[in-house]
This record gives sequence, C-alpha cells and structure tokens, in this order.
Amino acid sequence: MSTYVEHAHDAHDDHEHHDSGSQTVLGFWFYLMTDCILFATAFAAYAVLYRNIATGVSGKEIFELPYVMGETAALLLSSITYGFAMIAGYKGNKSAVLGWLAVTFACGAVFIGMEVNEFHNLIAEGHGPNVSAFLSSFFGLVGLHGLHVTAGLLWMAVMMFEVAKTGLTGRAMTRLSCLSLFWHFLDIVWICVFTVVYLKGAM
Amino acid sequence: MLLGKLTLDAIPYKEPIIVAALSGAGLLGLVVLALITKFGKWGYLWKEWLTSVDHKKIGVMYIVVAMIMLLRGFADALMMRTQLALATDGHLGVFPPEHYDQIFTAHGVIMIIFMAMPFMTGLMNIVVPLQIGARDVAFPFLNSLSFWLLVSAVILVNLSLGVGNFARTGWVAYPPLSELGFSPDVGVDYYTWALQISGIGTTLTAINFLVTIIKMRAPGMKLMQMPIFTWTCTWANVLIVASFPILTGALAMLSLDRYLDFHFFTAEAGGNAMMYLNLFWAWGHPEVYILVLPAFGIFSEVISTFSGKRLFGHTSMIVASGVISVLGFMVWLHHFFTMGSGADVNAFFGIATMVISVPTGVKLFNWLFTMYQGRIRFTPPVLWTMGFMVTFSIGGMTGVLMAVPGADFVLHNSLFLIAHFHNTIIGGAVFGYLAGFSYWFPKAFGFKLNEKLGKAAFWFWQSGFMFAFIPLYILGFLGMTRRLNHTDNPAWDPWLYIACVGAVLIACGIGCQLLQIVVSIRDRKKLADVTGDPWNGHTLEWSTSSPPPFYNFAVVPHVHDIDAFTDMKEKGEAYKVPQKYAPIHMPSNTATGVYIGGFTTLLGFALIWHIWWLAIVGLVGIIGAMLARAYDNNLDYYVQPDEVEAIERAHFEQMGIDVDNYSERDADKPRRGSRPTTTA
Repeated sequence: MSTYVEHAHDAHDDHEHHDSGSQTVLGFWFYLMTDCILFATAFAAYAVLYRNIATGVSGKEIFELPYVMGETAALLLSSITYGFAMIAGYKGNKSAVLGWLAVTFACGAVFIGMEVNEFHNLIAEGHGPNVSAFLSSFFGLVGLHGLHVTAGLLWMAVMMFEVAKTGLTGRAMTRLSCLSLFWHFLDIVWICVFTVVYLKGAM
Repeated sequence: MLLGKLTLDAIPYKEPIIVAALSGAGLLGLVVLALITKFGKWGYLWKEWLTSVDHKKIGVMYIVVAMIMLLRGFADALMMRTQLALATDGHLGVFPPEHYDQIFTAHGVIMIIFMAMPFMTGLMNIVVPLQIGARDVAFPFLNSLSFWLLVSAVILVNLSLGVGNFARTGWVAYPPLSELGFSPDVGVDYYTWALQISGIGTTLTAINFLVTIIKMRAPGMKLMQMPIFTWTCTWANVLIVASFPILTGALAMLSLDRYLDFHFFTAEAGGNAMMYLNLFWAWGHPEVYILVLPAFGIFSEVISTFSGKRLFGHTSMIVASGVISVLGFMVWLHHFFTMGSGADVNAFFGIATMVISVPTGVKLFNWLFTMYQGRIRFTPPVLWTMGFMVTFSIGGMTGVLMAVPGADFVLHNSLFLIAHFHNTIIGGAVFGYLAGFSYWFPKAFGFKLNEKLGKAAFWFWQSGFMFAFIPLYILGFLGMTRRLNHTDNPAWDPWLYIACVGAVLIACGIGCQLLQIVVSIRDRKKLADVTGDPWNGHTLEWSTSSPPPFYNFAVVPHVHDIDAFTDMKEKGEAYKVPQKYAPIHMPSNTATGVYIGGFTTLLGFALIWHIWWLAIVGLVGIIGAMLARAYDNNLDYYVQPDEVEAIERAHFEQMGIDVDNYSERDADKPRRGSRPTTTA
C-alpha cells in the first residue's frame, strides 16, 4: 500500500517539470539538427552548381576577402559576447546580461548590414541571382544564413525586452540557452560558408 | 493589384465535372455545419477538440483528417481507373489531359502527404504516450500547432479544386516541367506551399515525440524495453528529422526559381534539374520508411497480442528497424537509375536496395515465429496483418526485381512500378494503419468496432487490391507507361477493365468501413470495453481505462518488463486501487494553434496568388500569435486528487471492483488475462 503512495509522489515529481528547461533544450537541439540538414542541402546545391556560371561572373571575380573578413570578425565576436551574456546570466547579473546582449545585437546587426550591402552591390552591378546557377546557389546559401541571423536578432531583441521586464527567470534562462545554441550554431555554419564559398571561391 | 494573380477566371465554373464535385462537397460541408449548429455543438467542438492539447484528441483529429483525405484521394483513384477503362481503342474518355493530369498529381500528393502521414501521426499521437506511461507529449502546444499546420495545408490543397488549379506535374513535381516556363499557373505553387506547411508540421511532430520518448518514459522503462510500436515510431521520427529538411530545402529552391527568377533547377543559365531529383528522393525514399516502419510496429503489436505470446525477437525487431532506417538513406538513386549515373553508381544503389530485404525478412520471420504455436484469434487486425504478410512480400519481391538496374531500365515509369509501390504502400502502410485503427479504436473510444463488417472490409480490400494491381504488373510487362490519359492497344484492354473492377471492390471495402463505424456507434453499449483491456493486451496503453482519462494514468506505472502490462497482470499488480492520489500537472488548452494555422493558410494562399499585402498580414499574424503564446502565463494547472479519485472510482466500479471495501488480498487473486504459459 505504502508503495503506491510513494509512486504517486514519483509520478508527481516526474511530471512536475512538464515544460522544464531540459526538455526544451533537448527539443531545441533536435530542431538545430533539422536546421543543420537544411543548411547541408543548401551547401550541396552550391557544391553542385558553383561551376555553372553560364554567362555570368565566377566567385573569383566578385568575392572581396577583406570585406568578408570584416563580416566574419563581427559575427565571431558576437559569439564571444553572447558567451559573456550567458556567464552573467548564470551569475544572476541582469544588467550585465542586458549589456552583453546589446553588444551581441550590435555585432550581429553589423554583420547583417554588411551582408545586405554586399548583396545590394552585387545586384546593382548585374550579378543578381537571376544571372546564373552559381549566383542562385550563392544567394540561396548565404541568404539562408542571413535570414537565420536576422531571425536570431529579432529573437534577441525580444529576449532583451523580456529580461528587462521580468528579470532572469527560469523561463528567460531556458530561452537564452536556446538562443545561445542557435547563435553559436549560426557561427559554425558561417565558418563553413566562409571556407567553402568565399575562401575556396577567391582562390 | 489588390488580389495579385487572382481573378474570376480562376474559378472553373465552366467545367461541369468540377462544378458538380465542388457543389457536392460544398453541400456536404453545409449539412455538417448545419447539424453542428442545430445540436449546439460549436462550443463543445471548440473547447473539447479544436483547442485541445490532449494527445489522444489530437490523434483522433489527425485520423479524421486522414479518413476524409482518403475519400478524396480514393475518388481521384476511381476517376483514373474509370478514365483508363473508358479511354481505350481511340476513345478519349471523360477527362481531358489538363484535368486528368491534376487528378493523378492530387491523388499521389493526397495519399502520401495528407492521408498516410496524418494516419500514421494520429496513431502515434494516441498510442505512444500511453505505451510509455506518459501523461502527455513533451510539448503539448507544439503538438496542437503541428496538427493545425497540417489542416492549413489540407485547406490549401482542397482550395485548389475550386480556386485556380492543382499541379499537372505528377506528385514528384520534377523540373523543368514544374518551373515557371512550363507550369506558369498556380498549380505548382499550391503544391509547394501545401507540402512546405505540412512538412514543417511533420518535422515539429517528430522533434516533439523524440523528446517525449527520451524524456518522459515511465520509471523503470529502459530504452530496449519500449514497446515495439513506440520503437518503430522512434525510428520513423529519426528519419523525419533527418529527411524532411531536405524536402524543405528542395521546395524552397523550386519556389525561388519560380518567384525570384533563380536558376537552381531551370533548363537554362546552368540550372541542374537532376539535382532536384536527387534532393527530392533523398527525402522521398526515407519517407516510404517513415510510413511503413510504424505499420511494422502495429503488425508486431497485433500479432503478439492475438497470438497470446511475447513478440519473437523484440531486440532483433528494433535492430532491424534501425538497419532499415539507415539503409533507407542510402538507396535514393534507385528512383532514377535511368538518369545515367553510370554502371558503378547504379550497381552500388542497386545492391544497397536489395540489402534492405534482409532486415525486412528478419521482421517477417519474427512475425511468423510469433504466430508459431500461438493461440491465434482471427480478429480483423489479425486479418489485416496476415493480408499484409502476403501482399507486402509480393511487393518486396517486385521491388528487389526493380533494384536490378538493368531490369529497371525496362520497367522504369511503367505500370509495373505503379503496381510495385502500391503493393508496398497499400499492402504495407495502409493495411498496417487499418489494423492499428481497429486494434486501438476501443482504446480511443471505449467500444469495439463491429467485427463482421471489419472482416468484410478486409476481404473487399484484399481482393480489390489484387484485382486492381496485379493487372498493372502485367500491363507494365506489356509496355504500358504511367500517367497515360488514353490508350490505343487492344492487348491492354482486358487488364484495364479488371483493374477498374478492383477499384470498385476497394470502394466496397471503404464503404464497409464507413458502415462499420456507423453501426459500431449505434451498438456502442453492446460493444463497450469496460475494463480498458479488450484484447488481453501486453503493453501499458491497455492498463488504463477506455477511453483513458485526460491524464492517462492516475498513478504512473513502474515498468519491469517489455510487456509491462502482462507483467503487472501476472504479478497481480494490475487493477490495484491506490490508497491516495496526488495532484496531476496538466497543460491547459489553447487556441493559439488554431490561430497560427489560420494565419498560415492566409500566408500560403497569399503567396500562391501573389497577394503581397495579405502575405504580410499572415506573417505578422503568425509572429504575433507566437509572441502572445510565449508570454501567456496561463499554460498549465493541477488536477486535484478528489477529481482524480472520482474519475478512477467510476472506472473501478464499471469493472466491478468495490473501491470502499478493497483490500490488498483482492488484488493478489489471479485476475483475468494473464498470459497462457507458452515458450517464446
């Protein structure tokens, strides 16, 4: 008899954390894996198509490595600063979290700004995605990453608002952890983009 | 332009067949709406079903959608068979090519994406949390959202019937035919957005169930002790997570080609149409295993329950499913041996394909050995299972035959192929879902299905299947290719007539099933399942009442065995009356999933018709609803012990257990349903 009372308690505890952090973060990991495969698909398309320049330019003619280096630096820096935001979060330092998130947001915004500028110049010079399969796959892959970073920035803005209003609650920390995974993931993807697209293309 | 490409001409009011079909469907819809209104059931429907986050109710809604889409997809099938039986020897039949091409495209898309997938997802929703002793899924709201994304896609596909048209490309939508140059109207856009939306829902479902299975199993249940259906669903979900993003990517590229003048797959500017084929089948081949693996799980549950034995080779079943999953990712090229990849590449994929028959054979022998020396009860689920074992074996063997690249060059895109994949998908997946439907129906609704009509349905389906598809093998050998609108070869005629008869027989089978549901609802008192265990089941879903209370288990069970409930029955631990109940933590219902589904429908419709302002409304609506949900603090509540007690007391009393004068000794008496002692 008494075992049943015990079980009832177990049951209660097992499901207490119905939407707890660990489940959410695991689910987010699985989502990232699906996203990883989406990027892999875009990379595969680029690998198949990058030689098909048709009547257009090749990567060598349009990639400016120093400019892309700047972009890359901004994004990589934002990963470090996000790490600082998380450390501050674990210490419960709300204003430091907000500060580091703001720095991260700024770096991310610089990255997106530079990318939009690059796209704009390419299209203005007649190297838009409609010219060749190479440019299509280039805009597709880099644009997919850019869209992700933009979504990450929107999410970060929402999180800054949430932390400022309700503080570092368990919910906010779980969400910041997920965003952290997302942000670092995008960094890793960008390193692949930089290597496969720009570095290889400019050589 | 305020309405984008949408004009009055988009509505095919000049085509009598479509007008008749539409007004029929519209009339039926109106009758249903009127009935709901008449009985004042809107509030009930909204509160108890549409906004529910209960996995069992969501599962039931999935299956309702699947059945409606089965009727729609089967109507397409009937039209095709009729057309081909009429349009012989120079006759043109009833459907002109531009309409006929939409019919076969819609048939394929609907049967795979909007019938089989929701059926599978519905069964998984109802059963998996119960089998692992959980009270819900890991993310109940996400589960509701996945369902409403599916509904949104279903609405778009059916809208294409009356507004604009559907794709005329075949269900695979190969470019360059599916590119803007060759398919300038909205048909392909309906296709891409419907698949995108439902694909996202499917991906979310898979993530949800993987987390549920990993994190929420009842205490004591080790991974290798999970019931086999849960295991096959796990593998299917792994496949979904790994393959659906490829479809998302491929369709996104096709859309970029069509909307923004990109050149991924176009015939000009360096595009590569064959890349689409590779990407599509890198999703498409795992997809068939996503469909069939859970069906294998259902057959395993059914055959072990109704043989009164443990499943033979539980571990080897799990491993075989895993091997099938991995190999399923390595064979996609066999869908286009004729592409010309060269003998070495074709040989690799041919051999990899044949290797899949090894783990599949392991499974088949496991089922046979489970039946060996068992006391088999020939209920409808068992009939479906045995029908499957014969039918699927034929389909598997013709598959191995086509896996020989040289043979495939002859059979590619012939009716032999059509016969083969219907042989595996109907004989494998659909028979499995129908077995699962009648097996778990009493669990979901509290009463069994009429057995006579169930058996009649099976025999109509089984014989109809043979009549409809064996002739297609022969027609394939006679040189008839797929997607023909009319033929002019007297040698083919008799086989086309027989195939048409087969379709009519299957129609009788479906009719029997509809009648079965009606009759069973009428006789629900007589067919009632009061114990929650109508079949003497082995796994945890049978340990709770039928239908289960919304919290599934008043006390979460402790698991010591693969057949956890049999173990409880044998140890006399089943049906014990707990002394005390604890509060139960449950998620609250929410309408957010419905709203997001609605906005997604708007977004999809707007994108299809280039109505940009509406697309922005849809997108902003989706984001707004998600934010509102993120900051909603009314997410969950506790069910109080007295409420649990009242519900449980009613169940115990129904079973004839006196809760007030209950002593431990009663529970130790061997109760009904311990397993006959046979060696496994």
